[in-house]
Amino acid sequence: MTTGTLHRPPPRPADPGDGATPARARKRRSQSGIAYLFLSPWVCGALLLTVGPMLASLYLSFTDYDLFTSPEWVGLENYKRLFTDDARFLASAKVTAGYVLISVPLKLAAALAVALLLHRNRRGQGFYRSAFYAPSLLGTGVAIALVWRAMFTDSGVVDSATGAFGWDTGGWINEPDYALYVLIILAVWQFGAPMVIFLAGLKQIPTELYDAAAVDGSGRWRTFRSVTLPMLSPIILFNLVLETIHAFQAFTPAFIVSGGRGGPSNSTLFYTLYLYERGFSQFRMGYASAMAWLLLLIIAIITAVFFGTSRRWVFYSGEDR
Amino acid sequence: MTTLQDGRSARPDGGPDVRPASSRRPGASAARLRGIGWHVLIIGMLALLLYPVVWLLATSIKPTDEILSSLSLLPSRLAPENYTAAMDGIAGISVWTFFGNSVLVAIGSVIGNLVSCALAAYAFARLRFRLRGPLFAFTLLTIMLPYHVVLIPQYTIFQKLDLVGTFVPLILPKLLATDAFFVFLMVQFIRGLPRELDDAAEIDGCGPVLTFRYVILPLLKPALVTTAIFTFIWTWNDFFSQLVYLNDPDSYTLPLALRLFIDQTSESAFGPMFAMSVLSIVPVMLFFLAFQRYLVEGIATSGLKG
Repeated sequence: MTTGTLHRPPPRPADPGDGATPARARKRRSQSGIAYLFLSPWVCGALLLTVGPMLASLYLSFTDYDLFTSPEWVGLENYKRLFTDDARFLASAKVTAGYVLISVPLKLAAALAVALLLHRNRRGQGFYRSAFYAPSLLGTGVAIALVWRAMFTDSGVVDSATGAFGWDTGGWINEPDYALYVLIILAVWQFGAPMVIFLAGLKQIPTELYDAAAVDGSGRWRTFRSVTLPMLSPIILFNLVLETIHAFQAFTPAFIVSGGRGGPSNSTLFYTLYLYERGFSQFRMGYASAMAWLLLLIIAIITAVFFGTSRRWVFYSGEDR
Repeated sequence: MTTLQDGRSARPDGGPDVRPASSRRPGASAARLRGIGWHVLIIGMLALLLYPVVWLLATSIKPTDEILSSLSLLPSRLAPENYTAAMDGIAGISVWTFFGNSVLVAIGSVIGNLVSCALAAYAFARLRFRLRGPLFAFTLLTIMLPYHVVLIPQYTIFQKLDLVGTFVPLILPKLLATDAFFVFLMVQFIRGLPRELDDAAEIDGCGPVLTFRYVILPLLKPALVTTAIFTFIWTWNDFFSQLVYLNDPDSYTLPLALRLFIDQTSESAFGPMFAMSVLSIVPVMLFFLAFQRYLVEGIATSGLKG
């Protein structure tokens, strides 16, 4: 960063006779106005597109609303229906829970393993980092989801390959027992983003700690457990929270792979897929709002649990405990 | 792998050993072997990892009848007709229309995020006002907020304004700094800039507006570039909000156009579908190749996700 690129405006004479305290007070007041001027797009967005809609959707979740007639108050009916009278909802909750529980740990483990492999300085390291990151960029789009669909279909590449070993699956995406794994593999494939964050974290660990561990005669595994993992724990927490939030909201791959239906037999019916179906195919906006608020609640609880338990397993260096 | 075999001897041709002394020590050859093993391992993993992308590229030039059945990456003959069919588009709409729509939405989003997030970030990072703490905390919280919670009322608003089917619902939120992550990113970046610069500008007679314009904005460039690249790629890849808001094939973006192929059950559309898939990831690949250092550093320093 060079300050040479600074374009300085011509100096103006300072306002003479500025007393210290009133000037500061005046400055504070005038800064407030300027601050809100700078913030005005943000304020509009926060009020009109975030806070307002949040309150509105909370209200709508207690109503029957089809977008064309005005919402009709039904109290807790939507929430009650969700849990007692909607097999599709329960299926979607189960599928999503399974997806989050399997894909997030696998993805983070892959990210950490490859980060450890790429951490030491070797030739081509920069290139390798970028290459491992590439799937994270491509994988969120429709194109790669289509590739997955074709690769895991009946007599597709994967089926042919496993068929050569006598395991004819009939195409993973057509089998309720396997279909979800197609999406899990696609999620894990995109481990590059958390990997890069792990790499940045590994760089922050002081080498003295490793020297000390070596002096103590710690083996590789012991050093990893006693130095690397604790020092990396804040990064692990960060990645865990973000990946979990993302996984709960996954939509595109399930929509594309299952052709928008969540099949076969609801095995890829992600929560968001069902929410979309209720809201935008069937125009049950009140019902979909109730689902959205449940999602928010679940994410908030899980995040709170992560942060709440983090004091026990996250280690911040320089922290007195 | 000849290098593996002659890893012991210094030079197979018996010429003078010009390597640094350290590598001639006993044990050095073992380290070198490990190094080669490391490269082999990494390249093997990469081959496996990038196989689907290669498969896509290969498939897009295969004749349709070979697409699903053949394990071989190489086509028996080249099938450029996939690309001509993809160029013709679908439902009577040229692929350039979809491309243009995607570009419009992406560019609009980039400009929106750059302007609104930079303004907000400067206020949060440098200006004093009473609600700064709570408002910034609110920004951080909205990073975790699922889009689905605000989606339905937002949709209702845009529907009442008769804007569903236009690009406004996709771009306007960016102009209003609703991508909290980028606000956060820029705030962190500005906080890392020395305050003395602001003080100097103030002594020179600059108010906040001029300080922002002439001091902060030029220095903020790395964060702005990161924001621009990621906004572009994310918008380009975005499917959900475009699926919700765009309902007329003429306004479809590339992801939505690709989806049209799924509804066609006949396998004859497979070749053009993958050709169009390739076209749709070309901008992302170009961005990746051009900015890979920025991309990797961007997420490393800010915690952005792909």
